[in-house]
Formats: sequence, structure tokens, C-alpha cells
Amino acid sequence: MTGMGTTGVLEVTNLSTQIRLSRSVVEAVGNVDFAIGAGETLGLVGESGCGKSMTGLSLIRLLPNGGHIVGGSIKLRGLELVDLAEDDLRAVRGNEIAIIFQDSQSSLNPTMPIGRQVAEPVRLHRGVSKSEARERALEVLELVGLPHPRERLDDFPHQLSGGLRQRVMIAIALACEPKVLVADEPTTALDVTIQAQILALLDDLEERLGMATLLITHDMGVVAGRTDRINVMYAGRIVETAKTERIFAGMRHPYTQALLGSIPSLDQDRSKALYTIPGLPPDLAPPPPGCRFAARCPRATEQCQVEEPPLTGEDADHLFACWHPVDGPVERSVTIPHATATNGRAEGDRLLQVNGAVREFPVTAGVILRRQVDSVKAVSGISVEVGSGETLGLVGESGCGKTTLGKLVVGAEKPDAGTVELAGKRVFDLRRGALRRARRDLQMMFQDPYSSLDPRMRVHAILREPLQIQRVGTRREQDEKITNVMREVGLPLTALERYPHEFSGGQRQRIGLARALMLDPQVIVADEPVSALDVSIRSQILNLMRRLQVERGTASIVISHDLAVVRYLSDRIGVMYLGKLVELGSSDDVYHHPAHPYTEALIAAIPVPDPTVEKHKGAVAIRGDLPSPRNPPSGCRFRTRCPRAQELCAQVEPLLRPFGPGHVAACHFPLQEPVGTAEPEAAHGSAG
Amino acid sequence: MTELGAEDLVGGVPSLGSPNVPTLAPEGGEVQVLASGWRLATREFLSNRLAVVGLGILVFFVLACFLGPLFYHTNQTISNPLVTDGAPGATHLLGTDDNGFDELGRIMAGGQTALEIGFFAALMATVIGTLYGALAGLVGGIVDGVLMRLVDILLSIPLLFIVLVLATRYSATVLSQSLIIGLFSWLVPSRLVRGEVLTLRVRDFVVAARIMGSSQRRLIVRHLIPNALSVVIVNITFLIADSILLIAYLGFLGFGLTFPTASWGDMLGNAQQAVESGYWWLVYPVGICLVLVVMACNLVGDALRDAFDVRLRRR
Repeated sequence: MTGMGTTGVLEVTNLSTQIRLSRSVVEAVGNVDFAIGAGETLGLVGESGCGKSMTGLSLIRLLPNGGHIVGGSIKLRGLELVDLAEDDLRAVRGNEIAIIFQDSQSSLNPTMPIGRQVAEPVRLHRGVSKSEARERALEVLELVGLPHPRERLDDFPHQLSGGLRQRVMIAIALACEPKVLVADEPTTALDVTIQAQILALLDDLEERLGMATLLITHDMGVVAGRTDRINVMYAGRIVETAKTERIFAGMRHPYTQALLGSIPSLDQDRSKALYTIPGLPPDLAPPPPGCRFAARCPRATEQCQVEEPPLTGEDADHLFACWHPVDGPVERSVTIPHATATNGRAEGDRLLQVNGAVREFPVTAGVILRRQVDSVKAVSGISVEVGSGETLGLVGESGCGKTTLGKLVVGAEKPDAGTVELAGKRVFDLRRGALRRARRDLQMMFQDPYSSLDPRMRVHAILREPLQIQRVGTRREQDEKITNVMREVGLPLTALERYPHEFSGGQRQRIGLARALMLDPQVIVADEPVSALDVSIRSQILNLMRRLQVERGTASIVISHDLAVVRYLSDRIGVMYLGKLVELGSSDDVYHHPAHPYTEALIAAIPVPDPTVEKHKGAVAIRGDLPSPRNPPSGCRFRTRCPRAQELCAQVEPLLRPFGPGHVAACHFPLQEPVGTAEPEAAHGSAG
Repeated sequence: MTELGAEDLVGGVPSLGSPNVPTLAPEGGEVQVLASGWRLATREFLSNRLAVVGLGILVFFVLACFLGPLFYHTNQTISNPLVTDGAPGATHLLGTDDNGFDELGRIMAGGQTALEIGFFAALMATVIGTLYGALAGLVGGIVDGVLMRLVDILLSIPLLFIVLVLATRYSATVLSQSLIIGLFSWLVPSRLVRGEVLTLRVRDFVVAARIMGSSQRRLIVRHLIPNALSVVIVNITFLIADSILLIAYLGFLGFGLTFPTASWGDMLGNAQQAVESGYWWLVYPVGICLVLVVMACNLVGDALRDAFDVRLRRR
């Protein structure tokens, strides 16, 4: 075991933290033990609200209002931090223990140049001169891989991209060469390609500087390749702890099993339902008696309801808190009926057709007259088709225009050029009544479960609204329809009289889906349907969407930055980059035989929840950031980040070329030979 | 935890992913039973002690000023030189002023005008400001630019001067004063409403309603106005307080309501010399009343803002 009490740089024993609210006390962290040695990384995994961030913040006693440590000990190289005086603790914070937060936008001071922000801890803790601190800042910024650090020292945070800001955050944390680094969801707000770069950087720095790292995340993929040991947290308690390989191969706690089983993996069998954890994490004010996971556990018995299991195990290296432990990962067995047959698209079946769609958002200057000075090229000439009953997935980094494309399809945005046709009709050229009728067939499900439902309306009114607007049915028929749809999305009828704020994120997403289904549309656009949700809830919604796809046969477009999500739900996948479609093909083709280097890099960047795969991954395939969509690169837009780019790529824009039946990609130097002649289809011509 | 069976909650749909062993929790999870948004806000408001005190003060003053004169009859129209500057006693509970008017009765009468003007002016400012701001926010573009620059210009003119000029030109009655103040204090609410509409109209639920084919009218009536309402309501309380203060300034400067209408500002202005003469009953009671009413309005406003915010912060 990792030297509990022997070699640990940081030793935490029996730590308990509470948060006092106006009416109750939340036991956020309860009896947590762990130790991290020098150069070691400990992963702390769990859903949101399970107390992992509170554990991290407890280490430096920076708890939110009302939060305080009620018991236990935190020893940093023998120094007890729990009852250390505030003044002495300040010498520890940022010096011996440093922390990286999730949101670099709000964690950096927007009015201070980054050089000074990095130098600040050095000046505070080392008492060095201004110029020495500046030199050190330069050194650290170079260390974290900020390009041209000397020119960037006087930049302000808003002048940097999200990935670079996160690097600055890391530089601030490392400026004083801390012994312990707490990384609280360091990559959650970043795109996968940037995430891979940041994780590789953290990995490298840990090794070189010999820090003890606590990596807090909800993503099993992130911890798989980066940690020596993993603690799984649930409802404020550590429920399982073991070496990384061991926990992935032979977990004993049902929660760990479910957490891992509920992640859609890239080679997921689409006919199999995802493992889900039903329900929600418990309220910790006060925590339930017995095992805290009991209410959501399929193996729970009477004993679990009343008696809390201790954290034990056969050997000291693998501890778990469960009365009825499982043995290893879950076998996926539940099959979705009829889902095995891929909903193949008959040739010529074009339910929805997007032809050369262009959408550019003007960038204006001036207060009154608002002259247009530039434009953001969100969608630059994209053509796709969706057959009836088919699901098209759209993936790409944020800012690639996938959401805008989705909005063009449902008519929430108007294209500047190009058309959207439903069953051969240009629906958005219709007027008034006819347009309103046509809108029935194109509905949307939104990303943010908090802003997509009107907070002032009851669920009943929210679901009735589409029927009222479209003047469908009598009141009784509408009620019947509402009842049926509520059953379909797995919500109790008691929910109808409630307001949105009374629901959890997953439940709101179900309501959002129900609203989109009310009009029985022909096409549903789901924009990042699960990215705002917790892992366990995510799989519930994915299963629900998959089941409804099969049962209803509605065509859909699923938009997500997460290739695994898109692959699980889609028959075909379109990969987007800076407003262009760079590859389109069947979901298997795109994943197994990508033709475009960007697709390959995107796949490689996704952290796989399997330590053996993740630890043997090569170097990061894609570097740098997405260029500005205001001024996209000439020729192939991907060329600035492409390892295969040559001169030709800057001069000529590549057209989509076929690589197999229904598989096209736009690249001059593809990863495989194109089939047939490079014959650009008229619909795909989009030199613009 | 509610005592509903898993069957009721899932609604007959078999849960797909989990193994066929039922767990205690339903597929979609239980629904927390909370109060409605308004009720939650009310609870939050009532749990704020200062707010309850403020509300109590306001209710007291409304009752005292409008119902008080029914029980405490005084003469407020014909001056009585026999009893000028009388100290508080059995016949005149708070003494009399330099015209021989009963001070307590005058405070009641002045309170009536203060509350009336405050309420009317705030109502008018809110209606104008809401419509103006909503229009600017919804239409956007050049219209928004022009409308809001106009507001900026008007905001840069000192309101007090305009009101002073107008007050000297026209006879100052409760109605005219309310109109003047109302016509010049809609600027701040219009900005607030515009900001609110700007953020609301890009919210997903408004986009969703558009995608369903909702008309512009329905968007405004069903979604935008109900959601902007909380901001407007909070602002009304502050507007009332500001208007009461403004009318007091005017009175103090001698541009107040025409005699014999009483106002707190007039009374304070007239009482300036009284401080030196030791006639404390002409200064402190009315001053304290003014401070209390304005403070109560602000307390209620602050608490309302917190109450609505808490609801938006979801618990």
C-alpha cells in the first residue's frame, strides 16, 4: 500500500467536514483516510455532490461559508494542518500545497497581467524582488508550455484561450514548487483535444517535480491513465480504494462497478443498454442511516438499510465498504430489442436535407450605428442528409459550429445561404400558418436543463404549450397525450403539478425531451443532451433516448463534443471543424477507419476508462488551439494543427472525397486511399 | 422518502439499463416536493426579520395615515393663532405648529400625500419603464441603441432642477407632483427591464417556444413578462422610497404642495427655526416618520430581491 503513515507527503486520517446551512447541517465529508507519497498521484472519483471538492478544499481549509472541519487530521510532512493558526496556514497555502480549479475564467484576476499573477505567490512566499519573481514567472510559464512566454507576460487573461488560461493556472500553482498539488477537475471545462494536452502536461510535471498530486474528477477515463491509486467517493464517504489497475479490473463495490459500467465507451455495442444507477445521490443533511448507496443499489438488503458497512478488505491494499461486494466489472447483458439492426438508410431516402448551409454572425462596432466590422464564420457551407428513422451524430470541439447547424435545422437561426428541406420542401420559406404547421416536425432538445424550461410554468403547462401553440386536440386529448409522454420518458405523473426548480438535472432533461416529443416530430435535434449531467444520470438519459429511437423511429440529429455519446446514439457520424464538415460516414467507419487526421486525433484524445489502454497511449496527437472562427485559415482549415499539412493545404481547400459507401472526408492527404475518382458531389461543393 | 412504489413512479416502463433487480429508487428518480416559486419566495421573505419589521412599519403608517384621522379629528385648514407652537399635551398629543395646526394630525395628512405620491409616481415610472425597456430589449439593433442613448442623456440631467422648474410653473397638487416625478424616474426601471429582457430572450426556453411556432405576442405575455416581473416588483419598492424622499426635498426647499395640503417636507422646512427655539415636537416626530417610511421601503425591497434571488439560485 502507498505507505499510509510511512512515506506519505500528505496524510489524511479520519477527516470530517460539515457545512452549516440556515436550516440544517450537511455532512459533506465523513471519516476520509488517504495518504499520498512524493511523485504519486491519487485519484478521487465520484459524482457531483459526493464531497470530493470539499475534501480538496478541506486540505487547505478554504471551505465555503459555514463549512468547517469537525474532526480528523491532515498531516503535511508531519505538520498538522487542522488546528494550525490562520497565519501559519497562509504560509502553507500556495507554497506547500497548491490548488488548480476547474474554471480558469473565474479563477484568474481579469485585471492583472498573467505574469504578475504567476509572480504573486513567489513574492508572497519567497520574499524575492520584483524582477526575480518575474524571472521565476517566466521560467514556470515556459515549464507549462505557454508558447512565447516572454511576449505573453503582460497579457491579460481574456487574451488567452481556455487551454492557455488553464496552463497559466497550473503555472501559478507550480510557481513555489509545492509538495502537494490538488487538481480539482482541471480539465472538465476544456475540449478533449485540449484536455489531452493538459493531462499530459500535469503527468510530466509531476514526474519531474516529484509532487504528490490529488486528482479530483468525475471522469473515470481521466483517472485511468494518470493515477497510481484511486479513491472512489460516494455521499461524503470513501467507498473503495485500491491501486488503479486493481480497481478497474476487480472492483468490489457496486457503486464503482456502476460508475464504470455507465460510461458509454467508444467500442460500446450499440445494441446493449448502458448500465445505469437509478435515482439520485442522497441528501446529506442528514445522511441516511446504513449504507449510503443502499437506495440505489441492486444488491441492497435489510442489513444495508440499517447498518453502515466498514471500509475493510481481504488485504490492506484494496479496501471497500460494502456488505455484499461484487466481483469485477459488470457484464453488459440487457439488450435493446430490435436495436441490433442498424437503421440502414435506403438509397434516396432523404427526409431532411441541408444544402450548403452558411451562417455567419456579424461582429459589430459602434454604439448606435453598429457597423459590421467582421463576422464569425459559424457554419461555412455544410450539406448533410438524414433519412427517416436515422440518427446522425455531429461531433467537434466547441466553436466548430455544430450547435449553429442544429439551430439552422430547427429554424431557430436563418441560414445566410443554402437551404433546409424537409421531405423535399423548403419549410422555412413558408409563411405564417404554414410555417407554424411545419415547425411541428422539427423539434429540439437543449443542453442546459436549467435554462430550457420556463421557471414560472408548471410541468403540465410546459408540456401543454406546444399543443396549444399548434392548436392540436381538445383539452382532454392534450391531457391524455401529456400523460402518455410522461410515461414514455419515465417520470411520475405527480411531477405534472411541479415547477422546474423542483427537479434534478436528469429529470429536467427528461421533461425537455418530453416537450420535444409532444408534437410527434419527424426530426429531433438533441444539442449536447447529456453534457450537463452527472455520469450516472447521463447513462439513464442515453438509454432513454436510445429506447425512444427504437420505439418511435424518429429521425434525429445528436450534437455532442463527446464522440462516445455520439457513437452510442448515431447510425452515421459527421465530424465538424471550424464550420466545415471534414468527415461523414457510418458510425463504424468513422470510428474504426477514420480518413481525416482530425477525426483520428479526436478519437485518440478521448480518455478511455481502462488503465492498460490509457497508460500506453503515445504522445498527444494534436497540439494547439482552435483558430479564431472570425478569420479561419486559408485552404484546409485544419492545417494549422495537422501533422500531415503541406503547402497544398494552405492553398487549396480540400473537397469531400468518397472513401467507401457513404463515407466521405475532406483531406488532401487522408489516412487511407479514396475509392473511385475524386468526384465532388454538387451538393457538397462549397468553395466559399 | 415518499412511500410510492417503484411501479407508480416509473409509470409502467421497465427500467432498461440496470439489471432486472429492482432498486428502491425509480428510474427517473423521485421528485422532490417543494413549494411553488412564489411560496418559496414568500417563505424566504418572511424568514428575513428586518423585512418583516419593514413591512410592519409600512402597514402601520398606511393604517395610521389613512385611518388615523377618522379617530383623531383635527383642524388642518384654518390657522389658529391662539395655540401656535403649543407643547404636546392632552388636547394636542404632539403639540401644535406655528399656524396652530395639530402636529400629529398634520403628520397624518402629510403621510397621506407622501404615500400617495410615492405610490402613484412609482407605478407610473414602472409602467413606462417596463414598456420602454421591454421594447428596446426585444427589438434590439438600432432601435435599442437610440432608445437607450436617450435614457443616458435624460439620466445625465439633474432631476431635481427639472422638477423645481416645473413645480414653480404649475400649481403643485398631489396629482401633478406624482406625474412630474413619475415622468422622470422611469429611466432606471427601463434599464433594468431591458437588461432582463436581453438575457431572457436568448434563454433556451424562449428559443424552444419559438421552435414550437409561438407568436411574438405569446412569447412576451407567457414567458418574458412573468419572468421579468420579479425585477420590476423589487424596483417598485425602491421607487416609492425615492419618490417620497424627492417630494420631501421639494417641500423642504419651499417648492412643495400648495397650502393647505400638508407634506412632510414642508413641515420640516418650516420647522428649521423651531430647532433653535426648542420646539422639538415640530422636528423630531416628522423627521423620524420620514426616515422610518423610507427605511421600511428599502428594507422590504432588499428582502424581496433576496427572496427572488434565492428562488433563482434553486434552494
